[in-house]
Amino acid sequence: MTVVAWLSLVGNVMAVSILSVGGALTVAPELSRLLVDRLRLMDSASFATSVALAQAAPGPNALYSAVLGYQIAGLSGAVILLVAFMAPSTAVALAAARFGAARGHHRALVALKAGLAPISIAMLVATAWILASQTPRPAPILVALVTTLLAWRTRLHLLWMVGAGALLGILGVL
Amino acid sequence: MAPRARIPGPLIDPGSIAGEQRAAAPPTGAGEIFVAFTLLALQGFGGVLPVAQRVLCEERRWLTRAEFLELFSVGQVIPGPNVCNLSVLVGYRFLGVRGAAAALGGLLAGPAVVVLALAATQRTFAANPVVAGAVRGISAVSAGLIAGSALKLTSGLRGSLLGAAPSLLLGLAAFTLVAILHVPLLWALVLVGVPAWGLAAWHLARAGNGGAP
Repeated sequence: MTVVAWLSLVGNVMAVSILSVGGALTVAPELSRLLVDRLRLMDSASFATSVALAQAAPGPNALYSAVLGYQIAGLSGAVILLVAFMAPSTAVALAAARFGAARGHHRALVALKAGLAPISIAMLVATAWILASQTPRPAPILVALVTTLLAWRTRLHLLWMVGAGALLGILGVL
Repeated sequence: MAPRARIPGPLIDPGSIAGEQRAAAPPTGAGEIFVAFTLLALQGFGGVLPVAQRVLCEERRWLTRAEFLELFSVGQVIPGPNVCNLSVLVGYRFLGVRGAAAALGGLLAGPAVVVLALAATQRTFAANPVVAGAVRGISAVSAGLIAGSALKLTSGLRGSLLGAAPSLLLGLAAFTLVAILHVPLLWALVLVGVPAWGLAAWHLARAGNGGAP
């Protein structure tokens, strides 16, 4: 790829990233249109594999941008796409942090944060619901419910639950 | 299901029963923040948020649940990955821009190495039935982990400006829009967030004017 092509790619990825309210994966369809359909940098199967890989591996889902970059141009591609994907939202988050530190006690901001709190919890429950409804069978639902109780009410380390789930999956129970 | 006997200490979480826990020692340096976020990110299979809540509120006690909930809420309304935004806000709170860089760097660097190593070997990885089974299992568990975190964070709503019943109604409305009606999150935030903001502002103004009639 030429320098101009890279610059255009970075600009496009940044523009998509700024739309990603609600999580990194919300813009996956948009990125797929850009990288697969418009620029033809990979096929849709490798795009899907990249997303699945980042979801399965530990760490934030946003890392799928690094995997996409890796598919395009190896390690340097990974760094370039990760930075392009993260830079706009990080700049906004930093500005919000600064603003909050300076004006956090302003009445409108206190009210905004109080108003958003129950909605944020609801969004988490919605995320769990959507995730669980992808496998609408008794066994995975039961595992999700048991995990909910354990994570909520006990101090059992989360990795035990992840390990147990992985084991059940490998044994073919789920 | 899991070998409970090996976990030391009390298994029942007092915080979930006795209410809010106090924040204890805040981090003192960027190194400490970087290491904490690296370790929690590397444990985040199928989502980092439940681990972040566990580690930041209960293990390291850098934040109370109410503080965590506040930063997470802000991180959710600004664009970008929730957990990455949360790390920037948490890091900034303790150590300014350096803290934000340490937190986000820790969150991304270690897992990036892992995921790229997997990508380099992905042809065998994706086709492996053991890996596919494990991913299915982890996905079921991670739904539960997220729901468990959400239930824990409800204790952070205690003493909220909104009051219990309106909080529950607003939460139910937001849940219905996103999970049942599949309305895009941004629209759900506007539709429910604006009334919630208005209600909280009204309560705040009333409190500021010398209390309720």
